[in-house]
Amino acid sequence: MRRLPLALIIGSGVSGLFLLAALISLVWVPHAVDGVAIANRLQSPSDLHPLGTDHLGRDLLSMLMVGAQTSIAVALLAVGIGIAVGVPLGLAASAKRGGWLDEVIMRTNDLIFAFPSLVIAILITARYGPSATNAILAIGIFNIPVFARVARGAALPLWTLDYILAARTAGKGQFRIAGDHILPNITNLLIVQATIQFSLGILAEAALSYVGLGAQPPVPSWGRMLAEAQTMIYTHPMLAVLPGLAIVGMVLGLNLLGDGLRDGLDPRLRRGRT
Amino acid sequence: MLRYLFTRALSLGLSLILASVVIFALIEVIPGDPASYMMGLNATEENLAALRAELGLEGSGLDRYLSWVGGMLTGDFGISYTYRVPVADLVVDRIWVSLPLALYALTLSTLIALPIGILAAARRGTWADHGMMGVTQLGIAVPNFWFAMLLVLLFAVSLRWFSAGGFPGWSDPLAAIKALTLPAVALALPQASILARVMRSSLLDTLDHDYIRTARAKGLTRSQVIGRHALRNALIPVLTIIGLQFSFLIAGAIIIENVFFLPGLGRLIFQGITQRDLIVVESVTMLLVFGVILVTFVIDLAYALVDPRLRRK
Repeated sequence: MRRLPLALIIGSGVSGLFLLAALISLVWVPHAVDGVAIANRLQSPSDLHPLGTDHLGRDLLSMLMVGAQTSIAVALLAVGIGIAVGVPLGLAASAKRGGWLDEVIMRTNDLIFAFPSLVIAILITARYGPSATNAILAIGIFNIPVFARVARGAALPLWTLDYILAARTAGKGQFRIAGDHILPNITNLLIVQATIQFSLGILAEAALSYVGLGAQPPVPSWGRMLAEAQTMIYTHPMLAVLPGLAIVGMVLGLNLLGDGLRDGLDPRLRRGRT
Repeated sequence: MLRYLFTRALSLGLSLILASVVIFALIEVIPGDPASYMMGLNATEENLAALRAELGLEGSGLDRYLSWVGGMLTGDFGISYTYRVPVADLVVDRIWVSLPLALYALTLSTLIALPIGILAAARRGTWADHGMMGVTQLGIAVPNFWFAMLLVLLFAVSLRWFSAGGFPGWSDPLAAIKALTLPAVALALPQASILARVMRSSLLDTLDHDYIRTARAKGLTRSQVIGRHALRNALIPVLTIIGLQFSFLIAGAIIIENVFFLPGLGRLIFQGITQRDLIVVESVTMLLVFGVILVTFVIDLAYALVDPRLRRK
């Protein structure tokens, strides 16, 4: 029995905590966040409001909990888009390695990589109206080449193995083999990559909603909470500190989880990690 | 080398064409009439028709695309709908904020990251290594715009060393550099964290090679080996990342310029978005993407010059 990497334990603990907070907020929050209670605005922490209230009198803890929902949902769906489109493309490219399909898929990927992703995400959300859906699409598009590249890179060395040869002799087609035999063997790497893209997605969602191009009011989001707090930074600095800490905690937890998973799932990668 | 140059130039051209097609399609082709988007709810049919004519929206998609690209190539970026001045003039004013900011941040990030990465690799496994890598782990997780707000809180609100935003212009270079300092630091932190980690792992990889063992066996000290033999080879992947970071810096600057109210290209794009000035948004975005793709191209070429192995690929 191998000792679990410390990063894995801390990482899954921290990200699990945020996930739990988001799940709990689906059914219960300390105070409802859709109402405005100006009388309660900008209160300091108290027994009733453990983290105080914001400029509209909403409970900050509840806002952070519901904000976690938004962040996680956007980042998770964006990762979903990346996997759903990118992995089949990467597998197809590896199945037809060296052929024109491989060439077309990988060159298109290179081109998307050359784009400054946030600029295009801003462009998409700006032109088609700011909304959570458009943020998901904008972030998700840039996950596609990442997963395609990882899937292809991980799949290539597998194609020369004997059991693939056996499957081919048994009469299976290239795409069939890719799905039945290659995919299960690259899942580990895909999971690690998904964790990384998840954490990048949280950061991207925060940036987009900070500039007003993410989820729209009244849906709470960490990025917009920061934007709203900025005007009150002189008088109520805590409003600007706490949502940021939430983002950092979530991202840090996911990054540690990714590192831990990488170490735990694939010992070969333990050296030379960045 | 010529053949390499040719294929790289070809792919540069392709990237630029694709980028322009994507941006054009996003803004002008797919659903919705840009003219009614720009005018909002109060548009009358005559006004819309007039605006469409002004924007040159009446031709076919291909005609409009060609005239837009043709204009960009000859320095005509269109006329801003809100400011009523050529977009090129707006860009020229603002590029002198964005470009120095990106270079400032890149310099800071490199100056911070390389020593940290080298030191961490040289002391692999010690508490110093773990401590520095822990800090970079944190640096990667911090959103730069939030870090910017914390900097404002500390250095502008509490200590009053810097102003919280704005840009005085280059007539007083010292004041200008001072105004760019907090934004540059905010931009540099996450990039420096990534760079330090790349530097460390690249140096560790290099230190595993046989020629390093030979150099050690020959009697060189550890620091001599790192300085004379390992570092030079370890820097290759680091340079790639520095090049790539230019693209992140440009994208990051869009947000950071808004935190500090700097009149740069990023702020111009956002003003364009809020004022629904699509001509500004379209042309300035294209310009940014062009800059990023060009930098990547130049770095590729620089490599091929330095490292002959790359030319053969």
